[in-house]
Amino acid sequence: MSRQALDVFASTLDESVLQAIEVGARSGVDKRLATLTEDYEDPDMLRRLAGRLRQHALDHLDEYLANAEQRLTENGARVHFAGTTGRARDIILEILRRSGTRVVTKSKSMASEELDLTRVLQARGFEPLETDLGEFVVQLDDDHPSHIVKPIIHKNRRDVARSFERGGLGDYDDDPETITRRARAFMRSKFLEARATITGANFISAESGRIALVTNEGNARFGQAGADIHIVLAGIDKVIPRDRDLALLLSLLIRSATGQRMTSYIELVAGPRSADQPSGPREMHVIFMDANRSAIVGSEMAPILRCIRCGACMNTCPVYRKSSGHAYRGVYPGPMGTVLGPLLAEGGFGELSDLARASTLCGACADVCPVDIPLPELIARLRERSVREHVKQGQQGVPAMGLYALLAGHPRLWRLVMRLGRLLDWVPLRKLPAQLSRAWFDTRTLPRWRGGRFRRWLRGAGGDNHD
Amino acid sequence: MVPERDPVKGTRVQMMMTCLCDAFFDDAAHAAWMCLQRAGREVVCPDGQTCCGQAAYTAGDWPAFRQVVRHVSRVFADPAPIVVASGSCAAALFHEAPMAFEGEPDLPAIQALARRTWELTDFLVNGLGMDRWGGRLDARIAIHNACHTRGTPTIGAVRTLLKSIDGVELAEVPDSDICCGFGGVFSVSHPHISTGMGRDKVANVLSVSPDCIVSADMSCLMHQRGIAEHQGQSYPVRHIAQVLRDANRGLA
Repeated sequence: MSRQALDVFASTLDESVLQAIEVGARSGVDKRLATLTEDYEDPDMLRRLAGRLRQHALDHLDEYLANAEQRLTENGARVHFAGTTGRARDIILEILRRSGTRVVTKSKSMASEELDLTRVLQARGFEPLETDLGEFVVQLDDDHPSHIVKPIIHKNRRDVARSFERGGLGDYDDDPETITRRARAFMRSKFLEARATITGANFISAESGRIALVTNEGNARFGQAGADIHIVLAGIDKVIPRDRDLALLLSLLIRSATGQRMTSYIELVAGPRSADQPSGPREMHVIFMDANRSAIVGSEMAPILRCIRCGACMNTCPVYRKSSGHAYRGVYPGPMGTVLGPLLAEGGFGELSDLARASTLCGACADVCPVDIPLPELIARLRERSVREHVKQGQQGVPAMGLYALLAGHPRLWRLVMRLGRLLDWVPLRKLPAQLSRAWFDTRTLPRWRGGRFRRWLRGAGGDNHD
Repeated sequence: MVPERDPVKGTRVQMMMTCLCDAFFDDAAHAAWMCLQRAGREVVCPDGQTCCGQAAYTAGDWPAFRQVVRHVSRVFADPAPIVVASGSCAAALFHEAPMAFEGEPDLPAIQALARRTWELTDFLVNGLGMDRWGGRLDARIAIHNACHTRGTPTIGAVRTLLKSIDGVELAEVPDSDICCGFGGVFSVSHPHISTGMGRDKVANVLSVSPDCIVSADMSCLMHQRGIAEHQGQSYPVRHIAQVLRDANRGLA
């Protein structure tokens, strides 16, 4: 019985990394709370409403997906369905090969992380460019995002300055404005060169086919302004019933994600260039990616697909703050990642099932979730599944419950153990080599055993003592 | 998270001491018993009781959890309210058990169990309608709300009762809503993170220099005190019932 991988990873982190995460996460928590409570009388009511709205969309996903496909096609876009991340990759590669472009701009998309898209494009001879500043630094570092909204939450500005220096963007300078200007100068020429751009989608309206894109840097818009081809990669779970639902969902998404009332840019893109819409890319491709999502839709885990990727759950999660997003190994970290990670894992449930252990089930995540996902319950259900399916991964350090349950079902035995437990005071528990005992005693004391004393007092007090 | 509870009828209550009080904190159990008696209840504390099963729920072994909950349901079969000396054990019975019994033939019995299960202070304030406890205790108190009582009436009930005691001064702990890292099994499967969270909690609590740290849950306090003592710090913890009992000591 050893320690969990996530705990081991957490114990190797530098203090500066932990500090950066703590500062970034905490500011997210504070700003979120401030704007939500300032702007709304009852933010919890809105969270519940948004949760029902998203759940409704999932419950009728076939219908809404078909509507979205029809609208998008009418608007002149080409719609593709990808069952797996591999298929989504192939579709993107095929479109890009046909386009003749080498440079491809990309705005931030967690779905694209599921494909490891930037690396794949690089390996196939393309020159992909992450145009979100945080993701750009991730690309310079050949790293993975450690947060779904703030990809480099684990870095401070000195770290970023070092990344820029290594990436050949000038001498070391940790002035944020200099850093931003350098990124901008570098990206501008690429925006002009790229004939294709890839974005994700925050929401897709089944009513109109409109795709909502939220950014603060305007990079998704720049990408489309310069390119002939716009590729949208979206999970099938991104569909919402109506355009007007965006009012509620964007209001909650943005406040929950960054504590802003509105991001600098909100784009609604319904299709490619047309007579009614004289600018923008000539071709628009929308790829709806399943990648294990449809298996979740019909299950008791469906509420996790309500997720609108705001990151509030990880900001507030004390386990995330102490372990960093990279500890979660998969694409999605924090509480939503502990649920979505194992369910989406292409290597099967076992691959990341240990993530469900990385929670005290404290419920802070559920309190802030803008779509009211009962995260602690879902996490507990995943633990139940890994025990039921005898998944080894994730059982490290978790004591077996058989003997305990047996004792708890037999009061005479239980009371005997309670009395005998006093012997523990004479055993040098902290010196035992057993992992379980060390895991507690290395950093904690235990009170003296006083098993059975209250029961003895009760007998004297004339309480009810029959079995 | 809390189900609609059956209205409290009669004076009889069944007290669940919890396994931790059974093993370590007998005085907390004694205090809970005294508080219920002081509230005019006829207290029954069945000797056949063992544990609520929560450890098996969090470990993911739900067959084991159901086995223990079925035992609870047999031992506390009486329709009188079940009053639990811990918020998290109460939640295991009123929130988690119904979830783990979905699709089981005895789900209705477990739902009925859930409807008559109360955490002690919630029972006093919302079950019996006491908005004052009274008495006197000169102490600066830091409250620790167990995460399992999030969204339950326990959080308000603890404050209501403490505020009604003369001489009690409540010290507001920074980041009081952040988990202390106990999490049952989590404390041994993730000892590094659990300890880190515990140290943060202890530092925050001690920063307001309380005379004692009070909670409706001994489990979190056991972990916190364990960490504080290991660091050589004194960390006087009290179950809320001990404070209530002591405030009334000497009163008729």
